[in-house]
Amino acid sequence: MLVALADEQISHGNRLVLSGLSFSIQAGERVALLGRSGAGKSTLLNVLYTRLAASQPVVALVPQDGALVNALSVYHNIYMGRLDQHNALYNLANLIRPRVRDIEQSMACARMVGLDDSLWQPVATLSGGQRQRTAIARALYRGGAVVLADEPVSAVDATQGAQILTALNETFETTILAMHDVDLAVAFSTRLIGLRGGRVQFDGPTAGIERSKILDLYAD
Amino acid sequence: MPIEPEAGTRAVTFGVEVTPVRVGLGLIFLALAVLPFADLSILGRSPWPVAIEILSGFLRPDFSAVENLGTATALTLAFALGGLAVGVIGGSVLALLSGFAIVRVLAAILRSIHELIWAILLMAVLGPTVVTGILAIALAYSGIFAKVYSEILSEADQRPADVLPPRTDTVSRFAYGRVAVAFPALVSYTSYRLECAIRSSAVLGFIGLPTLGFQLDSFFKQGAYGAVAAVLLIYFALIASMPFWLRRQMVPIYLLGAFVVLLAHPGPPIAGSSLWSFVTHDIVPAPLRNGAWSDGQTWSQAWAWFSALFIAQIGPGLVATLIVAQITLALAGILALTVFPVGVASMTGRIGSTFGNAGLVVGRSTPEYMLAYLFLQMFGPSMLPAILALSLHNGAIIAHLTSRQAAEVCKTLRLDAPRGLNLYFYEILPRIFGPFLALSLYRWEIILRETAILGILGVKTLGFHIDSAISELRIDRAVVLIIFTALLTIAIDALSRALRSRLKLTSVPTTRCDG
Repeated sequence: MLVALADEQISHGNRLVLSGLSFSIQAGERVALLGRSGAGKSTLLNVLYTRLAASQPVVALVPQDGALVNALSVYHNIYMGRLDQHNALYNLANLIRPRVRDIEQSMACARMVGLDDSLWQPVATLSGGQRQRTAIARALYRGGAVVLADEPVSAVDATQGAQILTALNETFETTILAMHDVDLAVAFSTRLIGLRGGRVQFDGPTAGIERSKILDLYAD
Repeated sequence: MPIEPEAGTRAVTFGVEVTPVRVGLGLIFLALAVLPFADLSILGRSPWPVAIEILSGFLRPDFSAVENLGTATALTLAFALGGLAVGVIGGSVLALLSGFAIVRVLAAILRSIHELIWAILLMAVLGPTVVTGILAIALAYSGIFAKVYSEILSEADQRPADVLPPRTDTVSRFAYGRVAVAFPALVSYTSYRLECAIRSSAVLGFIGLPTLGFQLDSFFKQGAYGAVAAVLLIYFALIASMPFWLRRQMVPIYLLGAFVVLLAHPGPPIAGSSLWSFVTHDIVPAPLRNGAWSDGQTWSQAWAWFSALFIAQIGPGLVATLIVAQITLALAGILALTVFPVGVASMTGRIGSTFGNAGLVVGRSTPEYMLAYLFLQMFGPSMLPAILALSLHNGAIIAHLTSRQAAEVCKTLRLDAPRGLNLYFYEILPRIFGPFLALSLYRWEIILRETAILGILGVKTLGFHIDSAISELRIDRAVVLIIFTALLTIAIDALSRALRSRLKLTSVPTTRCDG
């Protein structure tokens, strides 16, 4: 078991966001979190990341806004996924003159998301979709057994979205994704967790959850 | 005038409601009240012959002293680049350590003393050497960089730092999560500062360093007005061409060039031993230097020394500085409110506003120190040249920024908006008065600082007394005068901030050399 919550609640300041959370996530699961925006997907993902980062040596993360450094190139943003693997001097030298080995490894990750042509472009000059793919490449480069991603394919088209989710599934043993696209979520997960009204509405194997139950999450 | 602050902005002091209009009128009233005490005399001669000579010099600028001018230009750039580079290093170190209160105090002291004051102080110790020029700029600028850099770093986007791998070391975290994020802002502020450094460097010539100001001064003394015009034109060309030659990739080459120029410049040797005696001996007040510190007599002599200094120099210097600054502030404000429409297309037409804007930009980029120097030659060393130069320069800056805001207001006007004076008084003025006042209050401190400095040219403000104390080698007096100058600047800055926050006028558009 990777992480477990037992009847826990999560608040933002004074506001209760989620309550009655009881579930655990096993290694090898492909979890998709579903719900309207504001349902607490990001909040839950952040809590899970904090727990996992405390117990696992390496946890990859794709935050919703990408949290990229605009002034740095795609390469440097990807490299930032492994800042903890090198000493400070090595990292500083990399800002001025990157090593071939690091370039090749990050190039491989950039290729998986179709960014290999833009490796030396400053992130500030990229489109929204390219920025999102940079953040994915950074997570792929970070590696490890677990990835948490917050709406990782919201800014790319369906084909690219499928390509990216395949890359995540191939690279990581366990994936925990907050998803906005129900079809992609169903296609790429083994387990669905539906959030609505500050509670878990359903939680189970993807195959066993009816379409209508999922759509209820989004109904007015 | 139908000017009302927005609802909820009313503040009351001593039973009087504080409104922007009242503060504005109050500042003008203060200026009128001190006007009778201002020395506005034109000493001895008519200003017109000199003025005509200067103007005719501009009609036939004389570049024949090209070798001197070339050297002076190269040295002006070299001092600016060298001083800036050392200032960037010093400022970065101070910004890194700005978590310590003592470092913040040190940075505040460094920037509260103008580079010209640093220069005359260093001149007394080291002589007119390369090190003097570079250190003068570097000391003042590192204090400024320390503050601005740490502000930029703390305002940088926090998110990239938040998602770094948890066990990233502190240095990498800082480099990738802070400096890299803020890098564009750091670079653009630093290159803004290069223009200020060129201005500072040129002006250092007036106190004896071999830059453009030195050439200006000596050509003036020879009555070579064509050459005076040539110096000014070179200076303008240097500033105006900056967008074309200032490229990030070229910076290492420029720095190398500056290093070579400074190395090749045959300067007097540095008197190294005098630095120690300067710190341990010269800056200690004379009575304390000569008497025993355990003796009560020594301390009463020190008090007598201080009160004599206060009555003879500090007090009169403070009063003169405040008088000049107050009149200047009022004049600059009135000037700005009168001329800002020339820069607004909806008010003066497209062609008119193009020329108007150009005029405001020229007024803004003429260094107030050079302007004051010219007026001083025309009017003699009363308060008049300082007031005129500073009002023109600051008025142009305020007008330039105000006209930009008025242009924004004009975009939102209704189609049937009034025209002419009605447009000015009913639509524009009520909307821009708040920001205009904020800007003027903000420039109050800058005007005061500049006023003190102009004393070095001969106007009897604080700078005059500092300069004469140093030339008499009474460094102890100079240090006390410098401390009072710094305190006065800090006090006016605090007053201006308090007024602005009272009036809820917080955002201030700024220009390049505001610090």
